[in-house]
Amino acid sequence: MEKNTNLFEYVLRMGDDSLILGHRVSEWCGHGPILEEDIALTNISLDLIGQATNLLEYAGEIEGKGRDGDAIAFLRCDREYKNLLLVEQTNGDFGKTMMRQFFFDAFRRLLFERLLKSSDIQLAAIADKSLKETKYHLKHSSEWMIRLGDGTDESHSRIQDSLDSLWKYTNELFFMDEVDFSLIKEGIIPSMDGIQEEWLVYVTSILEEATLSIPTNNWKQEGGRIGKHTEHLGFILAELQYMQRAYPNMKW
Amino acid sequence: MVTEKDIWAYLEEVSDPEIPVLTVVDLGVIRTVSLTDELCTIVITPTYSGCPAMKVIEEDIITLLKEKGIQNTKVELTLFPAWTTDWLTENGKNKLREYGIAPPENEVDKSVLFAEPTVVPCPLCKSRNTRMISQFGSTACKAHHQCNDCLEPFDYFKCLK
Ligand SMILES: [Zn+2]
Repeated sequence: MEKNTNLFEYVLRMGDDSLILGHRVSEWCGHGPILEEDIALTNISLDLIGQATNLLEYAGEIEGKGRDGDAIAFLRCDREYKNLLLVEQTNGDFGKTMMRQFFFDAFRRLLFERLLKSSDIQLAAIADKSLKETKYHLKHSSEWMIRLGDGTDESHSRIQDSLDSLWKYTNELFFMDEVDFSLIKEGIIPSMDGIQEEWLVYVTSILEEATLSIPTNNWKQEGGRIGKHTEHLGFILAELQYMQRAYPNMKW
Repeated sequence: MVTEKDIWAYLEEVSDPEIPVLTVVDLGVIRTVSLTDELCTIVITPTYSGCPAMKVIEEDIITLLKEKGIQNTKVELTLFPAWTTDWLTENGKNKLREYGIAPPENEVDKSVLFAEPTVVPCPLCKSRNTRMISQFGSTACKAHHQCNDCLEPFDYFKCLK
């Protein structure tokens, strides 16, 4: 029972990361800076929403109270969303969107690689499926870091601004509490310690190649994992939930 | 008396809604077919997590089998093992090429940045002098390429493994 509560919470947190980031990225649909990037962003968004569907459906099964993925995605209040603060931050310019994606993709790749060995079969299956997609996303966002950072004076200064403004949200990627500790002990999820080190090595190497500097101010902001969000989440939920709130149980 | 082998043959009539030249069998998304007196159970696996075609494929399978006289069909979705482009049949790859979509080539690990790009031959003139325009294309499973010789822009069914 205890295990189920913890597993539910963990899968929910992952599902919310994919859902909220997928929704954010989808806001670019029809607004991409060039056609190829418009298509790339909508494809990435679709992958994330697909992963969210798999994760939130599974969360509903673990919970066993008859809620399906849609009910979980559309019918909760803001404090019940457990996504990272990073993923709910506004899109800003294309560079800021890519910086947010880069931090997240680099983390998700390392996480999914380890979850392949999870003792929970369904979680391992979702990781296997998602890892293949995430590798494409990471390649895409990493290449943009280098292209924008080591590009023109303007692209360099703008992407550096994005790095400065988003860096404070990256520590939360490695958040751990009792939920994580108990699942780590059971071999269901990996410890974050190794992931954080590897993430930093990868991110630093790309940002150095991009001639960007990681902020030395180490102030960190977190709260999403326990339901305390920035003001941006409310606006996302207003749009995300509009249809189900206005027309309950409405189906296509 | 309908057998599982018959069901596999019927499924050759269900095409992928996004790439109609491929059947669901060519695509490798049909994992198992099992038949009892009351129920036909078909297990399918998605190509990509968010592939919108899966729902349509499920409905098309049920509709087709009903036409063939099988009243009760259940389509189940499995994520494990995860679909890979290795499951695309040789027949499927040939059909893609004829249709103007370059089939998947063996690729280096996607996490390797700026690796030597994979050579994707042009489906029109067969030239190997082509370039990638974008690694994301018109659907989740395709990338966008162009031939440097005949200038044909074409889709590449990208490698997923
Ligand atoms: Zn050509």
